[in-house]
Amino acid sequence: MAVKPLLKVNNVGIEFGGLKAVSNFNIEINPGELIGLIGPNGAGKTTVFNMLTGVYTPTTGEIFFNDVLINGMAPFKVNRIGISRTFQNIRLFKDLSVLDNVKIAYHSLVKHSLFSSIFRLPSHFSGEKEMEEKALQFLKVFSLDHLKDEKAKNLPYGQQRRLEIARALAANPKLLLLDEPAAGMNPQETQDLMELIQFIRKEFDLTILLIEHDMKFVMGVCERISVLDHGQLIASGNPEEIRNHPKVIEAYLGEEAGEKDA
Amino acid sequence: MKYNRKFWFLLILGVIFYSIVQVLIMSGNLDSFYTITLITITINIILAASLHLIIGITGQFSIGHAGFMAIGAYISAILTMKMQIPFPVAILVAGIVAALAGLLVGIPTLRLRGDYLAIATLGFAEIIRVIILNIDYVGGAAGMVVNNQTTWTYAFICLIITLIVISNFTNSRHGRACISIREDEIAADAMGINTTYYKVIAFIIGAFFAGIAGSLYAHNFYIIQPTTFGFLKSFDILIFVVLGGLGSLSGSVLSAILLTLVSTFLQGYSDTRMIFYSLILIIVMLYRPQGLMGTKEITDFFGKKKLEVKGGKQVGS
Repeated sequence: MAVKPLLKVNNVGIEFGGLKAVSNFNIEINPGELIGLIGPNGAGKTTVFNMLTGVYTPTTGEIFFNDVLINGMAPFKVNRIGISRTFQNIRLFKDLSVLDNVKIAYHSLVKHSLFSSIFRLPSHFSGEKEMEEKALQFLKVFSLDHLKDEKAKNLPYGQQRRLEIARALAANPKLLLLDEPAAGMNPQETQDLMELIQFIRKEFDLTILLIEHDMKFVMGVCERISVLDHGQLIASGNPEEIRNHPKVIEAYLGEEAGEKDA
Repeated sequence: MKYNRKFWFLLILGVIFYSIVQVLIMSGNLDSFYTITLITITINIILAASLHLIIGITGQFSIGHAGFMAIGAYISAILTMKMQIPFPVAILVAGIVAALAGLLVGIPTLRLRGDYLAIATLGFAEIIRVIILNIDYVGGAAGMVVNNQTTWTYAFICLIITLIVISNFTNSRHGRACISIREDEIAADAMGINTTYYKVIAFIIGAFFAGIAGSLYAHNFYIIQPTTFGFLKSFDILIFVVLGGLGSLSGSVLSAILLTLVSTFLQGYSDTRMIFYSLILIIVMLYRPQGLMGTKEITDFFGKKKLEVKGGKQVGS
């Protein structure tokens, strides 16, 4: 028997007032895989992420995560059942400390009630302590612990990206969605990021789906790649297949180049 | 780690201040003008702190706070004057009814953002005012006569409870969830925070204390009228919060004290009062656009030294 896919997307599509942003999108992700989603600008990659995380409700098709239908589920519920994400343009809690940023992601994993916090009952203190310890532990893994009291907005760009990944991971996801994690990074930072992604994947037993424009990066880390163009899935396969796929070349370099190569 | 030293220090300071004032009042050394001014200050602090939770912490721009205050004022006045219920019970019930109103208003309106929420909450406060205006049972436009029952002790106890509850709430996972909504609602949602729930919770707690402030206010004078709770009152409270610095509880407290004092002492010059008041606001906003305290708290200042020592130890160990 084949492995049961962690995420199964069936013919998903979405329209915004007649504009078909994505149509008939299919993908299956097995536990432990690292998959890339690429495509030219405006192809609908981030829209796919937004549908997976509940920000948009697809107009057609179904999304199953661990056999649970998650179309149209509120984003915070999607996060709680195990899908966590980062954003294309970093969305940290800018005025909060690095430590607090991670603590917030840890929010739904501790249970002390509003009542216990207002009246400072023992469960409040134990809950807060647990949060603090776990958050510090996370920062250590990402070697950000020396910056824990710094405001998030004061971190250098690469560190902000790291922190956003740390925050997404603190929510203890099974599936991590990374939206252009290497955007704006220099080659050294990109290299570090590749190592980081390989590391967290092993360390946290993760399945990862990432959007990226940096081809070297995608070809370097992903086992399988899906290509979107104009809201349509035009190809999927391993990096070698994608590199030589005529439709992919056409999408990136124009029609003639595609024909010549094919 | 239970309550830290800063908390006990502030609490003891508060109790000492309370005792001094109480002794002065009992011995007749503090005339009633100052007593009333002090009580007005505590009421304004409660109002500022409760709105601070909604605007400064959760980032929801609500400008209908006088509506909750009006509900608290009238409910408690009805309870004490028409039903002869003891004042402390009336205070509590006023808070609870205002909180229920907060829940009722919060659920539909908190889907709105920014300007739209502001207009909706302003509309709500006006609706409350007009409803009260048209109920003859509470005197309509003529107002309702209320016994003077608010004492320094009642006002101070309510103040301390308000400040403790709001700062306890803020410094917990629940408060952090609210702050994350202020910082970036989409990211908060994506990190597993039920944003609607926390917005409504902040609204309910804010409304609860506004109701309490309203009941203290009602029993501080001899009459309450619907006109008192118009949108100007809402703006007064909003000014406390903005002037103190959005996101700073001590800033809200400080600016409530300062502005109440300023407006009280300008009462002698009724013609030019609003000009001076406005000038002060303009000057503060020009030179300190982030508000008196920015996002800092008073405790941040005298906590600094200790923090550095702690940092040093960690490096050594």
